[in-house]
Amino acid sequence: MAEEPASPGAPAAEPNHGLRLLILWVVASAIACPIVYIVWGPHLPPGAMSSSASGQQFDLTVLATIATPVILGVLIYFGYALTVWRAKEGDETDAAPIHGHTGIQLSWIVVTTTIVLALAAFGSYELISPAGAGGGEGPQPIWKPDTSNILQVQVIGQQWVWTYRYPQFGGFETTQLELPVGQAVQFNVTSLDVIHDFWAYQLGVKADANPGVNDVAYTTPEHTGTFVVRCDELCGLWHGAMYNYGQVVSVSAFQAWAHQTEIKLASLTKILPPYAMTYDPTVIPAIGKVLVQLGITGAGGGYYNPNDPEQP
Amino acid sequence: MSLAARVTTLLIAFAAVVAGVVFVALHIIDVQPTVEDYTPYASNGQVNVVMQTDPQNTVTNHPDWVSYFIQNPQTKQWIHTTYFEVPAGVRVNMTILGYDGCTPLRNPVFGQVTGTIGGVEYINGRPTSLLNSWSGCNVQHTFTMPALGINVPIASPTTLNENNNLCPTSPCTSGPHQVVTFSFMTPAVGGTFRWQCIIPCGGGFVDGNGGPMGTPGYMSGQMEVDA
Amino acid sequence: MAIEIQPESAQAPGGGEPGAPRKARPWWLRPAWHTAIIGAVIGYLVGHWLGSFLAGGYQQSALNDDDDFSIVIGYLFLILGWLIGLGVFNDLVRQMLGRPITHAGDEAEDTGLARYFRYTLDHKVVGIQYLFGMITYFLTGGLFAMAIRTELLSPSYHVLSPSAYLMVVGEHGTMMMMMMTSVVTGPLGNYLVPLMIGSKRTAFPRIEALSFWLTPCAYVILLSSVLFGGFPTGWTGYAPLSIQAGEGMDGYAIAFGLMGVSMILAGFNLICTIICYRAPGMRWGRLPMFVWSMLTVSFLFVLAAPVLVGGMYMIITDRTVQTAFFVNQLGGSSYLYEDLFWFFGHPEVYILALPGFGIVSEIIPVFCRKPLFGYKVAAAGMVGVALLSFFVWQHHLFDSGIDPDMRPLFMLTTEMISIPTGFIYLVAMGTFWKAKIRLTVPMLFALGMYFNFLIGGISGVVLSDVPADVTSHGSFFVMAHFHYTIMGGLIFAAFGGIYYWLPKMMGIKLNERLGKWNFWVMFLAFNSTFLPLFAVGELGQPRRVFEYATNLQTINDWVSISAYVLGFGVLLFLINFVMSTVVWRVPETGNPWRSRGLEWQVSSPPPPDNFEHIPVVLSDPYEYGVPGALPVADLNPPAGVISGALTGVGSEG
Repeated sequence: MAEEPASPGAPAAEPNHGLRLLILWVVASAIACPIVYIVWGPHLPPGAMSSSASGQQFDLTVLATIATPVILGVLIYFGYALTVWRAKEGDETDAAPIHGHTGIQLSWIVVTTTIVLALAAFGSYELISPAGAGGGEGPQPIWKPDTSNILQVQVIGQQWVWTYRYPQFGGFETTQLELPVGQAVQFNVTSLDVIHDFWAYQLGVKADANPGVNDVAYTTPEHTGTFVVRCDELCGLWHGAMYNYGQVVSVSAFQAWAHQTEIKLASLTKILPPYAMTYDPTVIPAIGKVLVQLGITGAGGGYYNPNDPEQP
Repeated sequence: MSLAARVTTLLIAFAAVVAGVVFVALHIIDVQPTVEDYTPYASNGQVNVVMQTDPQNTVTNHPDWVSYFIQNPQTKQWIHTTYFEVPAGVRVNMTILGYDGCTPLRNPVFGQVTGTIGGVEYINGRPTSLLNSWSGCNVQHTFTMPALGINVPIASPTTLNENNNLCPTSPCTSGPHQVVTFSFMTPAVGGTFRWQCIIPCGGGFVDGNGGPMGTPGYMSGQMEVDA
Repeated sequence: MAIEIQPESAQAPGGGEPGAPRKARPWWLRPAWHTAIIGAVIGYLVGHWLGSFLAGGYQQSALNDDDDFSIVIGYLFLILGWLIGLGVFNDLVRQMLGRPITHAGDEAEDTGLARYFRYTLDHKVVGIQYLFGMITYFLTGGLFAMAIRTELLSPSYHVLSPSAYLMVVGEHGTMMMMMMTSVVTGPLGNYLVPLMIGSKRTAFPRIEALSFWLTPCAYVILLSSVLFGGFPTGWTGYAPLSIQAGEGMDGYAIAFGLMGVSMILAGFNLICTIICYRAPGMRWGRLPMFVWSMLTVSFLFVLAAPVLVGGMYMIITDRTVQTAFFVNQLGGSSYLYEDLFWFFGHPEVYILALPGFGIVSEIIPVFCRKPLFGYKVAAAGMVGVALLSFFVWQHHLFDSGIDPDMRPLFMLTTEMISIPTGFIYLVAMGTFWKAKIRLTVPMLFALGMYFNFLIGGISGVVLSDVPADVTSHGSFFVMAHFHYTIMGGLIFAAFGGIYYWLPKMMGIKLNERLGKWNFWVMFLAFNSTFLPLFAVGELGQPRRVFEYATNLQTINDWVSISAYVLGFGVLLFLINFVMSTVVWRVPETGNPWRSRGLEWQVSSPPPPDNFEHIPVVLSDPYEYGVPGALPVADLNPPAGVISGALTGVGSEG
């Protein structure tokens, strides 16, 4: 982003503003950019606990490193202008009549367009390569982990608690979220009522939970530890209190926990609806007869009272 | 207008604005909910808390909304609140009188009792750990405290006849009901723990989660633990 | 291209008796504020009764004890009663009955304070009405913000109950996002555009006045939802939560829809005025930057706001008459609402940003005493932003489960919109080059705008990057981003614009010293409040929560204290504004900034007809320091110039 040198024919006393600005900017950027990239980068959120988190951290580091000279450039220029080009006390005359400069304008447009297109390309690459970067990809995800050994975890959001189902272990459902380290996880996020958002912060995973829709997000945890799961989409009264903690544990600890829980919750799993990508809570085929007789539910097992106008 | 007239008008307008702001502010800063304080009634590391669930509440300006009531430990009156206070590190023996009819759980996972001592609840004295709310008429509400992992489905009257003749005015003192008891330990550190019913029983609202479910004081509340 | 003003004809339109003088009535019998309020109250009562009468048998109301249908009909009749009481339909009815109607000229007798409380057709009066209205709405929204920060002082001790907190969050956001769309277009756009283009009036004065008078109505309706317990959805109103919500939600939907209508009307009027009412010689290449911004914003109003009105309408029908647009289990889709809302919502934020760009581009040449650098680039930037703003809305839905193919596409368009947005920095930096900068209060606010918008804009580029957005979406990072762009950008620019143009509008100068205090307190407190919020968001605090991680309490406390100081800074503005306009009234009737703008070439405040004669524009308003520059316009053009051909006069090819 070079500035124009001083106009030709100017009196010799006029300093070369463009050169000065360029030097100031280059020096400042040369100092700041490495600091941002090397010192700050590894500490940027969301950390490096999973593949998507470390991918995002790298992404953010690059963005910050590119943003630094841009911000510095504008601020240095403004600072310089406000110091050097202030009107003197009592000077009521006009300044130099410069309407524009095609070269500068063109360079600006070309440089900003290049930076932006490069960022878009980089962002697309960072989105695709770590299997969707942990973001929700909807029911038909395109970018999946390379392996076929993927742990399936269904995340069910309901007002105002998260529950988790593990279909590969009999489909048991629990409020605890445990994951094995080093194995790719596929989160199938859905909701039973309003829109929620499953945000596992340290795992760098975020996927909206919509009723009747399956939103898929991938990640691979890389370190053991605790992570927090928060609801990130305003879902009503206790939205702020809708959070729980999850654990990434060793593979053996996870297997032990999963099998134990499967056995412990066997009778509960029997009464749960069969595992599916989405659940329509208004349709309950297994509804008991006395409930139908009571008119608690609609004919054919609808959830709502037949007099309740929410009934389809 | 003269300066005096302008200043006077300004002061009057200022006073009107301040009055308006105060009016709105007072409306927003709710009257603090009644908190039933059970801490003086704890002894030997235990405290007994009594609540009930009603099919309507008839004491607020939303009379048709289902609601919990808590019993005042001293006067034994039923107070329309869902906030109570207990000491830290004690065993809470909770009794819930369930006067409401049955509604199936939206997610049957909450038919499993968790977080209580023994992992069971006692329905009229008989211990149970799992209720299947879809197979029959047997669950009306739940007492769920996510931060402590407590979930207790409250049993309901099971027959057609009982469900058609529930208690008509609140707080209920007679009518078909189940008595559910369970116990849990409060944590050693103090704090506020929210609890809610997880059955969408707000009739007339989409997903059943509006109204009493979405307003504190009916189907959700807080347990304050005094360290 | 000029519009000829027809001479007053002897026959009044509508077939009435010519020439008969109208009897002057006492002020309390003429339609104004007070009759409007009476009309509104009567309207609400009638509507509520009608609603109960029609929907009395609705099972839904019996079950949920909510009166949505009656409330909605009540609100609609409230709006009707408000307009009737205001006298909006009086002329229409008079024409139908064959009676003489009011003319703009009749209001020459209507001097003094009273006309500001009436349905007045002079665009300058409408501008002042908007000014007072917008300041009121901004301050109300700001008070709600103070309440939010008070609640966030502690993650565990709660000043407000969860439902009260959500109500406050929703009121703050909606009040701001609903009203600030017109914070510049209303007061400054309506007031200045005719003056800047050399016209005596706007194209549709009645529509313009109507667009203002809908705003107090929307304000009251939005606040009234507090009486019903508020709404739990925040300003975005996501379904199905909004369908599930209680009675307070209806106020939100009606108020927002009403403001949408007001936006459409205001935009429509401005587009026609700018295109059709320019004085001779006011070529597109000479149009002031502020007018360019008003033109582009008006197109956004007209094209985006109808979608909002549609979305609000569907929320209302879903809540009252059992349609199922947004309820998944009943055949609708929660995505439909998200898309409808954000298709409006994204152009809305450019509606908020563009006027800010226009104001600062107008201010800096005056206080640099230099032409605006790159006029064509600046105008192209505004047009580019407006155009591209319709192609980026999915970036609000990156993690929502949209088709994954869409995400790189919208990442690209969102990144690309930063290119025209960046043009204002090119223009600013070029204008500062070898300038003679005077740091008056308007200039300070303009510089503050550039600084804040830089941070806001860069954080926007971070958000547009889908992987980075996975952590940032819905967190305080987004909050900090849009507060930097909207409050740091638009509001700072709007304050700068008010300081700059108040002498023009009211013939009064705001106190300079108090103004500098105002700026510095606001600027420092603003950055102190919102800069840490980027970190708070990245550390995992979502928006709209009242419980957050305890390790974030220190930062939140710092932010809350800074927010109180910021509130004090805004209070300084209010004090300056009120004291200067009501008590001190230091007169300033000329051109105190020595601006070349056409609006400054007439007296301050301008005469009722703006210009004695339609001027002929001779050069553009930024020709500072240009040797031999023509004056910006000839205010007393020779006869015959206006009517008839315009060849050769003032057009330099």
